[in-house]
Amino acid sequence: MSESTQSRPVVDPVSGRTPETEIPASPGQLARARAWHHRGFQVGAGILLALVLVAIFAPFLAPHSPYQQSLPNRLLPPVWVEGGSWEYLLGTDHVGRDYLSRLIHGTRVSITIGLGAATIGLIIGVTLGVLAGYFGGWVDHSVSFVLTAQLALPGLLLAMALVFFIGPSLLVVICIIGALGWTYYLVVTRSATQHIRSLDFVAAARASGATPRQIIWHEILPNLSSKIIVIFTFELGIAILAEASLSFLGVGIQAPTPSWGLMIAEGKEAMFYRPWLVVLPGMCLFVLVIAANLMGDGLRDITSPEEKS
Amino acid sequence: MLSYIAQRAALAIAVAFTVSLAAFMLLNIATDPAYAIAGEDADPEVIEQIRQRFGLDRPLWVRYGDWLAGVLRGDFGVSYYWNKPVATLVAERVGTTLTLAFSALMVTIAIAIPLGALAALNRNTWIDRFALWLAVSAQAVPNFWLGLILIILFAVMLPIFPVSGDHTWQHFVLPAFVLGASSVPPVMRLMRTGLIEVMGADYIRTARAKGYRSGALLMRHALRNALLPVVSVLAVQLGQKVGGSVITESVFAINGLGRLALQSILGADIPTVQILIFLFALVFVGMNLLADILNAALDPRIRIG
Repeated sequence: MSESTQSRPVVDPVSGRTPETEIPASPGQLARARAWHHRGFQVGAGILLALVLVAIFAPFLAPHSPYQQSLPNRLLPPVWVEGGSWEYLLGTDHVGRDYLSRLIHGTRVSITIGLGAATIGLIIGVTLGVLAGYFGGWVDHSVSFVLTAQLALPGLLLAMALVFFIGPSLLVVICIIGALGWTYYLVVTRSATQHIRSLDFVAAARASGATPRQIIWHEILPNLSSKIIVIFTFELGIAILAEASLSFLGVGIQAPTPSWGLMIAEGKEAMFYRPWLVVLPGMCLFVLVIAANLMGDGLRDITSPEEKS
Repeated sequence: MLSYIAQRAALAIAVAFTVSLAAFMLLNIATDPAYAIAGEDADPEVIEQIRQRFGLDRPLWVRYGDWLAGVLRGDFGVSYYWNKPVATLVAERVGTTLTLAFSALMVTIAIAIPLGALAALNRNTWIDRFALWLAVSAQAVPNFWLGLILIILFAVMLPIFPVSGDHTWQHFVLPAFVLGASSVPPVMRLMRTGLIEVMGADYIRTARAKGYRSGALLMRHALRNALLPVVSVLAVQLGQKVGGSVITESVFAINGLGRLALQSILGADIPTVQILIFLFALVFVGMNLLADILNAALDPRIRIG
């Protein structure tokens, strides 16, 4: 029974059931079916989607302005602590700004930097990885050397120095974190490209006269896309943590922008009596990053179940 | 074996040079050291004088050559910010950072290896799921935040450990835990998959058939083989610990190289930042070389193949 003669499942007129001769599910259908049953993926993707919506609609969701200072209302506790009020649900910071509103707007900073930096890393890493994997030889040797050198650089320290010396701004933070975070893309795409270029359909494309550019764009990159998306979600979390670390140390996003890392640094001074100032932004970071990681783990299981540990 | 080591060592030296060059160029393009020395709002004339006095008017590659020649002679330059030789600054603090890095590595070993082994031996049970969940969570916790939470819990609410500083061994307990925890997920996962793989190998089945009990089997055959890759990863992790000390030392106010790095960046002290980036990279390269040598010594397939 060949597949071409059975273009759609035939229903048995007597029993009303489909006979055993169904078309096998396509990889896409299989992946969607697995996604439907993958709890980690659903939780991660759900939280991430919710936080992206919070970031987009932050001005409408936040009850107050994240910048409006109010000195009489300094360091108010959250509503569940004695002295808290419903007016400031999560209390206020050291200059009387509404903490909930700053946390909501902080989602914007984290997600913008995460997406931007992970995209820059993707462009650099995938370009180098595909070139090294496809052409091999001296291209591969030089890319491998650059990779070894990049891995040896103390990334966080270099990022701190460069961001601070160039001048800390959102754009600089995105570019520096992105420019230092491409090694994972490179390692994975390089070996995957080496494998794909040895397969029959690439040989067929080459035999029919396709140029290397066409082969890379039409044969190799489409087959790398699921791997690249998985790395992207992991790099999203790494970049968000890197920004938080830089801002916490005072060499990243600067006041008064509501960055979660910066808020932890500001809350540190008062943390012995008001621990929520440090706990809340940290929880936000944790939830966002674990959502990205769960989604990455889930996507890997869904798109290439053979790598599942 | 010797030719393999020589080859790896040559690569390590080439990488160290490249890294020093890249760091020098990037830092000097990102900022003008003359402005940093002169301070804010200085006269253009003053800046020009400083540029000539410190030789900053020469081309970048000449200055790099000078810097490199100095480093090779052991002359690390003079800090603008601290007014001291950089070598003195580093020598005063290197012991503290090494103490922290090694204690952190001990924490990683003490948590990751038993946990990974337990997870592998109880695959797909709640122990395994707990270990994997712990690894996923640990990767999502911001390191500096974990430090602050531990200070709130174990230095303020339950005053067991001091809040900050580096005078006694008690000062190092919380920082070592924070720095060590970040290496637990990769080492734990490696231990787990390594042991699962070894336990499925033919020689384990043979040993079982010969009547080894599981305890002896584990000790004599499985653990030893599963630990091989872990040892080299631990060497690499130790190299990363030194670089990772920046955050931990800043949170706990430990006067090591990491805190020096942050203070030098905030003080725009280019000579110190340059040396620290170079030293951290050197430690990383050295640890990788050690891992390569360990691998070759423990696994004949690498040094022959």
